[in-house]
Formats: sequence, structure tokens, C-alpha cells
Amino acid sequence: MNASNQSDAASLEAGNSATPPSTGLAIETFELTRRFGDLTALDHLNLQVAYGTIFGLLGPNGAGKSTTIKMLATLLEPTSGTAKVAGFDIRTSPAEVRRRIGYVPQLVSADGALTGWENLDFSGRLYGLHGAERKSRIEEALRFVNLSDSAKKLVKTYSGGMIRRLEIAQAMLHRPVVLILDEPTVGLDPVARRSVWERLLELRRAYGMTMLISTHGMDEADELCDELAILHRGKMATVGNPAKLKESVGPAATLDDVFAHYSGGSIQEGGSYRDVRQARRSASRLG
Amino acid sequence: MTYAKPDVPQVAWADTSIVVDFLQQTWAVARIELIKMFRDPTELLSRAVQPILWLVIFGQVFSRVRGIPTGNLSYLAFMTPGILAQSVLFVAIFYGISIIWERDLGIVHKMLVSPAQRASFVYGKAASAGFRAMVQTCIIYTVASALRIELRWNLFAILGVLLAAVLGAAVFATFSFIIACLVKSRERFMGIGQLMTMPLFFASNAIYPLILMPNWLKYVATMNPLTYLVDALRGLMIQNGQSLHTMPVDFAVIAGTFVLLGLIAAKLFPTLVQ
Repeated sequence: MNASNQSDAASLEAGNSATPPSTGLAIETFELTRRFGDLTALDHLNLQVAYGTIFGLLGPNGAGKSTTIKMLATLLEPTSGTAKVAGFDIRTSPAEVRRRIGYVPQLVSADGALTGWENLDFSGRLYGLHGAERKSRIEEALRFVNLSDSAKKLVKTYSGGMIRRLEIAQAMLHRPVVLILDEPTVGLDPVARRSVWERLLELRRAYGMTMLISTHGMDEADELCDELAILHRGKMATVGNPAKLKESVGPAATLDDVFAHYSGGSIQEGGSYRDVRQARRSASRLG
Repeated sequence: MTYAKPDVPQVAWADTSIVVDFLQQTWAVARIELIKMFRDPTELLSRAVQPILWLVIFGQVFSRVRGIPTGNLSYLAFMTPGILAQSVLFVAIFYGISIIWERDLGIVHKMLVSPAQRASFVYGKAASAGFRAMVQTCIIYTVASALRIELRWNLFAILGVLLAAVLGAAVFATFSFIIACLVKSRERFMGIGQLMTMPLFFASNAIYPLILMPNWLKYVATMNPLTYLVDALRGLMIQNGQSLHTMPVDFAVIAGTFVLLGLIAAKLFPTLVQ
């Protein structure tokens, strides 16, 4: 397991000594917990994601999806418990984790005042890519997301779908082992959503990337994800592949039924003002 | 459907040193700021208006007041370094707004999930504020020489002025960065930004000497980094200009403040997205 990282063997061992032994999973959480004051946003989550899986996190607003994603992306420290991403502990080796993950936030992370190329070039520099290699990887990433012709245009002239594809290109430049996407298709029209799904599937096929995706879209969960976890009030309500989850609820059940069964309601209700504002804002930005 | 852990080419991380990485990441951050600055230079140019007004209107009127003890300098010559310091303060102090803007989008998230060092974002922004300060310096030299203020046209003096202006801008941009990390919203930042600039400016030796101040204000002024910036500029920029605290003290205070604020800002930066 993890044999491909020989150059990092020393630091890998250092990471291992401080945490439970690695089981060779792409993502593994150990009683992962986060509290904000009195609120327990995530409550002793234990999650396992195998390499190469597209794993979906579902749940109503406030269920703990974003908190989980932020912690796995090393943006937020756990209150207790920990997790391993690509073999490294997020608490003891966050820098090692950062080198091996790509992250596409729910918010727009491409800079509208720069061109597509300049955005990718900035990411490349942050990840330590140099000279000709940076250039060739940018070209390859642009081709991959079909943006080669728009590379010299300012991102503020892009459509929502083009911006999302550019962000995927940014996140793949350094060939992450794990790609983390927070509601990647929120606010996109059906055609743009499909093209994002199709690119993500191709990314897995070409590079074997593992993906963790939070989503509100049942169709997205159904079509894109191999496995789903439904979170409810900071706890794991259920986990399994979409077909099995549907079977477990009843004959001819849809994923909506599964969702309602485990989260005790529909996704339309609930959510704080802040969640609503954020979702709407990013939706309007994405056009 | 099972996949092995992918054997994909990774970046050769171990090959470069921390210092080289840090400099390259800092340059990457400063570079995009410069690209944006030159793409829309309106802001750069509109920043020239305020110091011109201060020198041409305020300065002309106040030179007629003979009651301000400016030693062997004319009042205009006395205040010119003060106005440069003020412009440096003003171009830098609202840097925090852009950081909050980048946080409200997801650009700060993108930076923080990258393996780049936290300090490189702070120092990269500070460097681009330093560039703006250099532009302000050129504008003020032009206006001042048109007003026949006796500037020192000595290469080392001018380089010294540029260095002081860049360091000063870095101090205030970093200070602004810290405020941004603490308040996290544009509305609150605007309020606090307005609240900070005037006291920083008036509780300094920019447009009147420290000896005119009541004792309590003198005390405040000696705690104000702007005072040391003005003092250094006054010693370097103007013929017969004198620095009160001496150059080494001025530069040590400014550079020391920058390093200290930079460390605090790098520490606070990740809290922006939590």
C-alpha cells in the first residue's frame, strides 16, 4: 500500500507513527468531530473511501458536509478525532496532505480579473511547477476541460460551466491523488452539469483520481457517485452504493426516498440564513 | 470497480529549498496583483489626485502660516515627505478589502489548500503594495519638483526614499491584512479602515512637528510607525532635511514592525475561511 510514494517514505512513516495504522484507503476518518461553540457540526464521523472511488456526501443544510470537506481539505482543524487523506494525517502532516489533494470550493475560486491561462499559471506556481513543465501541464489541462480556445480571455467573460471546468483544470494541474469538490454543479444548467460530470469521470479514468463530492443533487449522486454517505445532524445516517441504498428503503424507491428516509425531511427546508445566502450567491455568480 | 492507488507523476517536492519555494510563491502572489494593476491602471492614476491636492492646496495655504516651527525648511518642503508617507499609508491601508473580497469568492480557499507557505501570501500582497508606493513616490517627486521644492537629487537618497516607501507600504498593507482576518466582512472593514487612517495620519509628524504636540499625543506619535516613515523620508528626500530619530532607528522600527506584523498575519490568514 502507498508504495508509489517511495520518495516520501520517511515522512510517510512519520505521519503513520502519530496516528492509527494506514489501511491503504484514499480517505479515512477516525471519530472526526468538529464543534463550533455549543454546536456540534460533525459528531464522531468514521468514513472510509477506497482509492478510485467517487464518493458522494449527501445531507440537508447543516448536516456537516461542508465541515467534513473543510477538515479533509485542511482548511479547518478537527476538535477531536482525525483523518487520513492519501495516507497522511490531516492534523500532523497537513502540508503533505495539501500536496496530494485538489480542492474545488463551492464558491468561485477562479479570479475573474485574470485570464484562464493566468489562473492556471498562478496555481502551477503555488504547487511548485516550473518552466516548461508548468506550461505543458497548463496546456494539457486546458485541452482536457476544452478551454484551450478561451485561455486568453478574462474569466469574468466565461459562463458558469466554463468557470467550473477551469477550476477543475486548476485542481488537476499537480495530479492530486484525491480531488475534493464542494457542490461542483450548484447553479449550473443541465448541459453544463453533464459536461462537468463527464470531465470528472474522465479524470478518474485517466489519472485514477479519488473524488469526494458534496452534493444536493439526487441525479448527481445517482449518476456520478459509486458510493454515498448521508449525513444528518453531524452523524452518518447511512452509507452504501446508490442501488443498495434504494433497495434498503423499499421496492421502486428513488434516491429522494432514501434521502427523506434517513434525513427525516426534504432538502428544501432547513438551513440557516447564511447557508441560503451562500448558496444563492454562488449560484448567481456562476450564472 | 476497483482502482489501485494511482502511480502518477507527482511534483518533485524534495528538490527545492524552503527559501526558494517561499520566494517563488511570494512572487506568484505579487505577480498576479501586478497583472491586475496594469490591466486596469485607473486606480493607480486616480491615487495621484489626493497628494497633488494636499501639496498644491493645503500646502500653499499653510505655507503662509508662519507659526509652524519647521526649522530651516520651508513649510512645503517640510510637509512633502509627510504627504508621501500619507499616500503610502492610503494605498496600503485598504489592502484588507481585497483579501476579504477574495475570501468571499473562493480564492483564499484555493490559496490555503495549496502547499504554498502561508507567509508567502502576506509578503506577496505586501510586495505589491510596495510597488504602488513606488508609483506614488514618482508622482510626488514630479509634483514637488514642479512646485520648486528643493529635493535631494542624490541616487542613494532616492533609493533610500524608495526603500522606506516600500517598507512603509508593506507595514500598512500587512496591518490591513490582520484587520481583515479579524473582522472578515467588507462593511466592518470599511468602517474600521476609515477609523484608523485619520488618527494614524494626524498622530504623526507628517504635517506638523512633534514639538507642537501636547505630551499625550507626542507619546501616541512615537508609537506610530508612520512617524518613523515620515522621519526617514524627511531626512532623505529634502535638501537640509533632518531625521530626528536617525536613519538606523527609523529603518529598524519600520522593518521590525513589518516582520512582526507579517508573522501575525501569516498566523491569522487560515482563520479567514473557518
